[in-house]
Amino acid sequence: MNFDLTEERQMLQDTLRRFLRDRYDTATRNGILNSDTGMSSEIWAELAELGVIGALFTEEQGGFGGKGFDIAVVFEELGRAGVVEPFLDTAVLAGGLIADLGNDDQQALVEEIIGGGLQLAFAHGEPTSRYDLTRVSTSATEKGDEIILNGRKAVVVNAEAADHLVVSARESGAQDDVDGISLFLVPKDAEGLTVQGYALLAGGRAAEVTLDDVAVPASARLGAAGKASPAIEARIAAANVAQTAETLGAMETACYLTKDYLGTRKQFGRPIGTFQALAHRFSDLLIEMEQARSAVILGAGHLEADRDVRERHISSTKNLIGRVGRLVGEESIQLHGGIAMTQEYELAHIAKRIIMADHRFGDVDHHLERFIALSAA
Amino acid sequence: MDLSYSPEEVAFRDEVRAFLAEKVTPDMQDKVRGKGELTKADMENWHAILNAKGWLAPNWPKKFGGAEWNAVQKHIFEEEAAMVSAPRIVPFGLGMLAPVLQKFGSKEQCDYWLPRILSGEDWWCQGYSEPGAGSDLASLKTTAVLNEAGTHYVVNGQKTWTTLGQHANMIFCLVRTDKDVKQQEGISFLLIDMDTPGIEVRPIVLLDGTPEVNEVWFTDVEVPVENLVGEENKGWTYAKYLLTHERTNIAGVGFSQAGLASVKRLAKSEMAGGKPLIQNPHFAARVAQVEIDLMAMSTTNMRIVSKAAAGQAPGVESSMLKVKGTIIRQEINDLARRAAGAYAMPFASEAVEGSNEMLPDPLGAGPVAAKYFNNRKLSIFGGSNEIQRGIIAKVTMGS
Repeated sequence: MNFDLTEERQMLQDTLRRFLRDRYDTATRNGILNSDTGMSSEIWAELAELGVIGALFTEEQGGFGGKGFDIAVVFEELGRAGVVEPFLDTAVLAGGLIADLGNDDQQALVEEIIGGGLQLAFAHGEPTSRYDLTRVSTSATEKGDEIILNGRKAVVVNAEAADHLVVSARESGAQDDVDGISLFLVPKDAEGLTVQGYALLAGGRAAEVTLDDVAVPASARLGAAGKASPAIEARIAAANVAQTAETLGAMETACYLTKDYLGTRKQFGRPIGTFQALAHRFSDLLIEMEQARSAVILGAGHLEADRDVRERHISSTKNLIGRVGRLVGEESIQLHGGIAMTQEYELAHIAKRIIMADHRFGDVDHHLERFIALSAA
Repeated sequence: MDLSYSPEEVAFRDEVRAFLAEKVTPDMQDKVRGKGELTKADMENWHAILNAKGWLAPNWPKKFGGAEWNAVQKHIFEEEAAMVSAPRIVPFGLGMLAPVLQKFGSKEQCDYWLPRILSGEDWWCQGYSEPGAGSDLASLKTTAVLNEAGTHYVVNGQKTWTTLGQHANMIFCLVRTDKDVKQQEGISFLLIDMDTPGIEVRPIVLLDGTPEVNEVWFTDVEVPVENLVGEENKGWTYAKYLLTHERTNIAGVGFSQAGLASVKRLAKSEMAGGKPLIQNPHFAARVAQVEIDLMAMSTTNMRIVSKAAAGQAPGVESSMLKVKGTIIRQEINDLARRAAGAYAMPFASEAVEGSNEMLPDPLGAGPVAAKYFNNRKLSIFGGSNEIQRGIIAKVTMGS
């Protein structure tokens, strides 16, 4: 047994934590949130230079990490600082799929991604798919040398800023078949592709993406025709490692802020943390935080395992983080009182991040059901 | 035991229902449900509609122009209004200041201020909380010092969490007039014109982006002595009396019923695994659990309302209803957020200048997540749930 980080990961964590502490305070983030693009290209470039993106790809792919624990280390720090830039979308999801499935030409993009010069989005979910990964109605039809895409993708994070979209579409089968789904690399400026953008409550931007007879060459397909489902599931697993680690980092910040406030805010002549009713509730948060850290370690540590083992652990992690997240998000606000309800206080954004994480890649109930199903298998 | 309304109460409910069906427009309902924002004019318009009917001041005695409803009638109105998403009556003048004036104010004050509340001439806000005085309200520090001529108080300090203060032209404040006595015994109740020089209102943006509360700063603000309510240094007594009025409709049963109906509607349109979400056993169990709690709480509420209608003032039960009522409302907000899935994430940011983005809302859910966050305030304001639990323990154990 050894629960220490490797030297490289420890260094990356220290560097990132220092950098973000200096460069990413509440006012900076609120400025970014209120900007038109909802992200800072400066921060993006600086973090890319620090190796944040390279750490999310394996050596074979041109990076220097890419394992579950690499992803977890990076995203815990991004979450701790409440970074809103779309590393998850560009690197873990879309970039990861290109690296996993792409041919040599397509994989050439990875270098650009790692350098920070490319923005990407994964256009997968649809208005009625909820959290099902295989429910895809967007169609892909061969027409001569080309493939014609039609359909609508829901809440595609980072679609506006993206240079390319990785779009899932069905080439065969019923709308919820595992087989028959392919992925296509579609330039954002492709004719027939419409992006209708909006801000997200917890930061960043997303869009409804409509594909209306979008024609792409057959060479835009990532991997084999109709066989993308296992790769999508594996990448969503990586995204869940990233997102649960990010939530863990954000929860650390929520607890830190709460502890600080309980110790300094005085009412009835004494720090409110000396009231046992509040102190015990804060202790409960700390107990659950240990559960949360272990859950993230379990998820990250099984990302390279065989499919069934991996997915069962990922679902357990996502379920637990969703439950603890709601507790920490709500209790940290309540233990603060009114101050936590204000936009300019750090906890407001952090709490939104923690809670809204449950709306991506499957919520608490979805992963509970999945855990039951995978445990029976 | 009889769990049903009397024939008179049923007739009253039907009258209320018919009135609301006629007067509540789809535009009002949309705004109340979170699609758009109720403007000051919208709220004034709703007050005028109620005033024309004689229903704007349900708890005022008839001699002041009120409806003088009993607790059951008030409950019926509040529940019916919430269920059809009618705008709320803005409570500060009508429900909070007026009862204090009627009980402790002078005849001149009643004659002058009460008609102006009904007519909408004055919009009142509440100046209680301060940055350092939240749960511990009696520690407030805003001072009022009588000038030498004895004609004016000079007020200095800061109030916060002033709801809808941006619309108000008047504020009722708790101020410290004696620093040398026990905290509670040096507080006075002052009526202050917001246009007086030295007052500055600054908006506080809440975590869901809404500008509903404010900070109000007082710098050498002169307030005529006629605007003191009752006696100097007796303000704490009046404030406590006012807080008991803030406690009416504290359980928010109608809001919860409307919210639950909306969750069910949402969960019928949202698809999960190819079936409506409402058929998903885990989601259905969550809905059922909160509905069971709500049914029981609604009955608890009626038991207390009946006692109040019979003239027994509710005591510790108010605190119990506040805690349980807010837990249930917040749980329903949580379910609505969950039901919307990924479509809970989009956000119409008021903060982005000139932003006029259309949000995707295929289910017609409205800003469910923003509402979930906004309603975290329910367990914080009006005496936090921790303060309420303290009251329950203190009253029942005498500690």
